[in-house]
Amino acid sequence: MDVTITINGEQVTRDVEPRQLLVHFIRETEGLTGTHWGCDTSNCGACVVLMDGQPIKSCTTLAAMCAGHEIRTVESLEQNGTLDPVQQGFHELHGLHCGFCTPGMLMTARALLDHNPNPTEQEIRTAISGQICRCTGYKNIVSAVRWAAEHEAAMRQEA
Amino acid sequence: MQTPAPFDYERATSVDGAIASLAEHGPEARLIAGGHSLLPMMKLRLATPEYLIDINDLELSYIEERMTEVRIGALTRHAELLESDLLARRFPVFRDAEEVIADPVVRNRGTIGGSLCQADAAEDLSAVCAALKASVVVKGPNGERVIGMDGFYVGPFTTAVGADEMLTEIRLPVQQGAGSAHEKVERRAGDFAIAAVSAALWLQGGTIADAGIALGALGPTTIIAGRAEELLKGKAPSEELFAQAGEIAAEDCTPLPDGRGPVDYKRHLAGVLTTRALRRAAARALQQEVH
Repeated sequence: MDVTITINGEQVTRDVEPRQLLVHFIRETEGLTGTHWGCDTSNCGACVVLMDGQPIKSCTTLAAMCAGHEIRTVESLEQNGTLDPVQQGFHELHGLHCGFCTPGMLMTARALLDHNPNPTEQEIRTAISGQICRCTGYKNIVSAVRWAAEHEAAMRQEA
Repeated sequence: MQTPAPFDYERATSVDGAIASLAEHGPEARLIAGGHSLLPMMKLRLATPEYLIDINDLELSYIEERMTEVRIGALTRHAELLESDLLARRFPVFRDAEEVIADPVVRNRGTIGGSLCQADAAEDLSAVCAALKASVVVKGPNGERVIGMDGFYVGPFTTAVGADEMLTEIRLPVQQGAGSAHEKVERRAGDFAIAAVSAALWLQGGTIADAGIALGALGPTTIIAGRAEELLKGKAPSEELFAQAGEIAAEDCTPLPDGRGPVDYKRHLAGVLTTRALRRAAARALQQEVH
């Protein structure tokens, strides 16, 4: 069946099997391998992408269900060679080690800051509670998101 | 790689259209909303529908107060239930439960209608709706019918909704002096309950006019603790009374031993959580009565 999805701002129409999961559509059909495919059971959060601005687990969503919706993956964060503040925050404060959970963490962090520009540590921890990191641990991830929030606030003041 | 078995897919554009499609494709057709219960079951081949009807485009996402009830559309997502100030004010049990259902990302997709129709005894909203004495609107080819939560669950993972019917709305009666609370013990954050209890109390002039107690993960289906509810009616709320109700709930549940714990532990939780939920429900009801 043909589905038309807007992915990272670009509208694409593809012939997909109804049973194709969004994570495989993103990785295999679109070749965007930044989104990771982890537990396959909606527990780990490595596959999180944004659907109409909200984080969702792409291993538990059919590509067909996304027809007519906007999907954003980690590839959309960096613009013209400039990292998104959440990416910069993970870089500055060592928010990743092996990097497997990172794309999901970044997208959830992006959505959090879009809805709540000044989250508390507890709000950050709640936001990423559906995502599992098995090496860096969460402390640096939380610090990185706070760094991004503060950095964005400073940028807004300057603007 | 876990991928569902092949199926055909259709995007419904109206409730009547979805119902007509269910009737046309027979028992091998299933509705899909958030998909966070159905897709995992399809990956494991525990469910193998041949035809999926996607109802996400239907206008069934709302929480509104009408006369003497609050009505919730079946497609309302967990995240919306959690954030609703109307629900938090009328039925704080919803926010208690939503804070511990799965995780925020899953809550962006999962729906109340899907949760109830999945009929997993360990699912929290089933207990919430049963304690609040909710009824559900079910539409089919021959019109709609309203089913009380006390007649909704007919067995494990089985509801009174027919193969060609669709749950469209949840109705919660609003009465004065209401207080409600949800208590859950889980192995880790976001997991299904080892045991969970929803309680609702309606106070009138210092006595309990009506009570609702529903137990999650403590039997083959969500259990309404009728004997404990009866004990409470007409009496003044007290610690002793709530402890007695807890003892009865522990006696009347039928938990199975599994990886989450043995029977005696689950019975113990049933009692403790019933008492705690009633205590918090009463405190909230009394707070409301002052206003």
